[in-house]
Amino acid sequence: MPTQALAGGHTAAAHENADVLVSFSHVQKTYDGDTLIVKDLNLDIRRGEFLTLLGPSGSGKTTCLMMLAGFETPTSGEIRLAGQVINKLPPYKRNIGMVFQNYALFPHMTVLENLRFPLAVRKHPAAEIDAKVKRALGMVQLGGFENRYPQQLSGGQQQRIALARALVFDPQLVLMDEPLGALDKQLREHMQLEIKHIHQSLGVTFVFVTHDQGEALTMSDRIAVFNHGVIQQIDTPATLYEHPANAFVANFIGENNALAGHVMATANDISTVSLGDGNVLAARTGDAGGPGSPVIVSIRPERVRLAKPDTPPHSRLAARVIEQIYLGDHIRLRMQVSGCENFTMKTPISKLDRCPNAGETVDIELSPEHLLALAPPPSA
Amino acid sequence: MKTRLLVTLIAAIAGMSFAHADVTVISFGGAAQAGQKKAYYDPFSAESGIKVIPGEYNGEMARITAMVQAGNVTWDVVEVESPELVRGCEEGLFEKLDYSKIGNKADFVPEAVTDCGIGTFVWSTALAYNADTLKEAPTSWADFWNVEKFPGKRGLRKGAKYTLEFALLADGVAPKDIYKVLETPEGVARAFAKLDQIKPHIVWWEAGAQPPQLLASGDLVMSSVYNGRIAAARKEGRNLEIVWNGSIYDFDYWAIPKGSPNLADAYKYIEFASRPAPQAQFSAEVPYGPTNNAAVGTMDPAVAATLPTSPANLVGAFATDTEFWVEYGEDLEQRFNAWASR
Amino acid sequence: MTAASDTLDPSPARAVPLKRQLRRAERRKNLLFMALILPLAVFVLASFVLPIGSLLQRSIANPEVHDNLPETLELLDDWSGEGLPDEAAFVALARELGAARGTPAIADIAKRLNREQPGLRSLVMRSARALPLAEGTPAQDGLIGIDERWRDPVIWETIKRAGSPTTGFYLLGAIDRTIADGGEIVKLPKEEAIYLDVLVRTFEMSVIVTVACLLLGFPLAYLMATLPVRHANTLMILVLLPFWTSVLVRVAAWIVILQNEGLVNKLLMWLGATDAPIRLLFNRTGVYIAMVHILLPFMVLPLYSVMKGISPVYMRAAVSLGCPPFSSFWKIYFPLTMPGIAAGSLLVFIVCMGFYITPALLGGPGDQMISYFIAFYTNQAVNWGMAAALSAVLLAATLVLYALYTRYLGGNAVNKIR
Repeated sequence: MPTQALAGGHTAAAHENADVLVSFSHVQKTYDGDTLIVKDLNLDIRRGEFLTLLGPSGSGKTTCLMMLAGFETPTSGEIRLAGQVINKLPPYKRNIGMVFQNYALFPHMTVLENLRFPLAVRKHPAAEIDAKVKRALGMVQLGGFENRYPQQLSGGQQQRIALARALVFDPQLVLMDEPLGALDKQLREHMQLEIKHIHQSLGVTFVFVTHDQGEALTMSDRIAVFNHGVIQQIDTPATLYEHPANAFVANFIGENNALAGHVMATANDISTVSLGDGNVLAARTGDAGGPGSPVIVSIRPERVRLAKPDTPPHSRLAARVIEQIYLGDHIRLRMQVSGCENFTMKTPISKLDRCPNAGETVDIELSPEHLLALAPPPSA
Repeated sequence: MKTRLLVTLIAAIAGMSFAHADVTVISFGGAAQAGQKKAYYDPFSAESGIKVIPGEYNGEMARITAMVQAGNVTWDVVEVESPELVRGCEEGLFEKLDYSKIGNKADFVPEAVTDCGIGTFVWSTALAYNADTLKEAPTSWADFWNVEKFPGKRGLRKGAKYTLEFALLADGVAPKDIYKVLETPEGVARAFAKLDQIKPHIVWWEAGAQPPQLLASGDLVMSSVYNGRIAAARKEGRNLEIVWNGSIYDFDYWAIPKGSPNLADAYKYIEFASRPAPQAQFSAEVPYGPTNNAAVGTMDPAVAATLPTSPANLVGAFATDTEFWVEYGEDLEQRFNAWASR
Repeated sequence: MTAASDTLDPSPARAVPLKRQLRRAERRKNLLFMALILPLAVFVLASFVLPIGSLLQRSIANPEVHDNLPETLELLDDWSGEGLPDEAAFVALARELGAARGTPAIADIAKRLNREQPGLRSLVMRSARALPLAEGTPAQDGLIGIDERWRDPVIWETIKRAGSPTTGFYLLGAIDRTIADGGEIVKLPKEEAIYLDVLVRTFEMSVIVTVACLLLGFPLAYLMATLPVRHANTLMILVLLPFWTSVLVRVAAWIVILQNEGLVNKLLMWLGATDAPIRLLFNRTGVYIAMVHILLPFMVLPLYSVMKGISPVYMRAAVSLGCPPFSSFWKIYFPLTMPGIAAGSLLVFIVCMGFYITPALLGGPGDQMISYFIAFYTNQAVNWGMAAALSAVLLAATLVLYALYTRYLGGNAVNKIR
């Protein structure tokens, strides 16, 4: 399992060149000659996929996108687009559509002029331009807005026009740099689905940069998680969530409970971990080391249950409820477990016979298939 | 430090409001005012104990008008040129002079004695040239117009006054007939037609300091000039010469703005400045002619020979007709502006 | 629930006091705002509106004859204009001129009439000096005895015309028109007409200076907007440096630099670009050089502030859409700088229109702009009516320009971009 999780990289896809649109190989980038913003990046982007580059700010994801767009040049390494090395190809010759953070719609042009712009510079015939613009506007459902100026549009409308403009000239690849960041939550969720649907209907390759893991999970075919200039893991949303390759990914995507301990024994992908207070748990082996090495045992809050009488002892821990939070469709319990004050359990109300109150001590079940033993992050 | 500043300040304010013994004298600045300081201000203060506060202006009547109309006159004695004296006198801007406080009218050149002002010096607008750059000396305004014989740029004051007179002189009109001719539309047309002949060769100057500089730098070969400026330039070693033939002389006057707060002191100053000895000293500083007949006698003949009023220099020279310019000036200046800017 | 519906009760009985409350609350706020802007309003009124109002009023004011010869004018009202007015008018004129003798009034009358017809000043002054007439002399004989010209009906016509309380004389003069003896408006003869040419020249020179400032200022502002802040600040100081010295000093410096023996000519001759010095002073060239130098900051600053606000992302977007960089600059960046170009150009142009000292010192008579003549009439000719009329014409021209600016550039175009 762990090897599969790490297998999205360069080597695995190298054989299927027809399927690969973009490939980064050994790409490095530094601005000051001291710090590498991107360290040895190897990444294949498949034709037609929706790939999200996810990571905290400064993780190198945007730099990666800018190198692909042509606004930054790699310090070393190679970027290929459809088999051709494009390191030195100027951005205007790359035929890549791009949606910028604040849309970058030309304020002195109407919607129509904005959309005509990429076609006009390519000197398409007028009739073709009109047809394509009309189609693009229809696609984002903004027909009739041709003669508005950008600031006469709402944020969501501007966003759609920006998308239409990036698509109107039929690029082989569309890049989006945190395009939804300026929208409010509801609109953002709506736009996520809309972009996803447009992607599905067009079949164009999308590369999407965001720091919002929810956004990444909703939209992507695959997600590449960046940290410190390195791809931590690249996989489908479900795999990333259920089988994070390391503690960073586990913490960055979704909520996560982490209990510190050290490995006692490893066998058949199951590690036996002794927690700080002497309790022993069985967990799937992630990237944890052999016996004796420190380890983080991680579990998603929704996977935590109240123990049943038949819960085996290696999956059972005592927990003291600190706080009970009612959320309508579910209940969150903040509890103290094995020295950890912030252990969270999340459960649908329908699954609860009786809700423990604050101050009560209960047993919880942490089943081995949901527990993951991971190496602690380097700083911890 | 602060106290000292305060004391100085108080002293200054006190000085302004209590010391009546000073008189504000306004003139045109430059070399002439420096001469006036030496010949008039300082000796007058030494003799009378009245302090002279000197000031400068450019002959703007608007300033005097404003002061008199507002009833807030801060000037006691003003040097004015003749047209302004005539206009200001008619408009009631100047005190009518009481000559019993100044001196005997008969002691002065007749033109110097007027109702509102007493002439203080005679100055002249004349032709000057750079003797280093011209091989042959020009002798008349006809030569000024002769661009074949004397090639090069020439300077004239930007304005109708003097320019039109010189044009008619160059066209052969006798000095005594100049203003009679200029009074007629044909005469004006004749003057402008004459100016048309050398228009491309003219550089127009406005400040009296410009022509000596431009002559010295070689930008001009000859120019109309105020005679006092040439004398100053010669003192600096420039080889500039004046042609007195066809020069036009005029008077500058002392006048007292109506409502001067220090009338008695103003008279005392004017009386002092009209005496022969100070006038002779002034002429020695700046070569402008004295108006007191007795002044010439006390002068070094070498100095006297450089003045517009010396008999040799008066040959071919004539006085400007102030009445004419007051009457026709505004019209002719507009006409001149229209002509010059085309 | 009840509390919420209370405050939002839409019934009319509740609506009235609510509205009143709102108005009261707003009135207090408005009063406070008004109190805050009051000093500025008073300042603007005192230093701007009133002077300009009085300026406009002066350009048509005509009190000299009207106020000082009221009786004569009243009698002249009944005069047909044929032959001489009757004895009563002569009597009144003799009395009123006599009364004005030795006061500023007589000079005002003389100066005003002289403007209508040169020569009338001496007629008035001479007549006033000879008044009052000897006892028993008929006024008509008496005045004609002083000066034959009183026999001329045209003189009386002139007095009548100059006696109206307001006059278009100055404003017409400012556009090279005058009122003929018959009363109709005619063009001034070619050799006296000047101000329309000067106005056109003022426009022409302002346009050239503005364009030159734009051509020089645009790349500079662009450089400043793209450089790192530290270098941009250094450049900014260099741009602002001229502001630290007075215009007069800078003009004087240009005289030194541009004269025949000056730095520029010496350099050109040393380089062998020319054998004889080129005339750079007392012509348009010198005026343009100095004006552009003085006005460049007025162009660079608005351009810079607009360029600073243009996000580089627009250029990137254009390039990513397939437009080469240079073309992107013209199609995207340049149009976005339009508000700066418009503001800078308008500023430079309007300041240019009022330029006085630079052309006066560096130009020849053919290079003077309209302000020169305003100064001429204010300081030298002391004809404030004419000065005010020329100012009014300049003001009108500036306002027309500003109206055009707001119409075509200010309103829509700029708002679209902002």
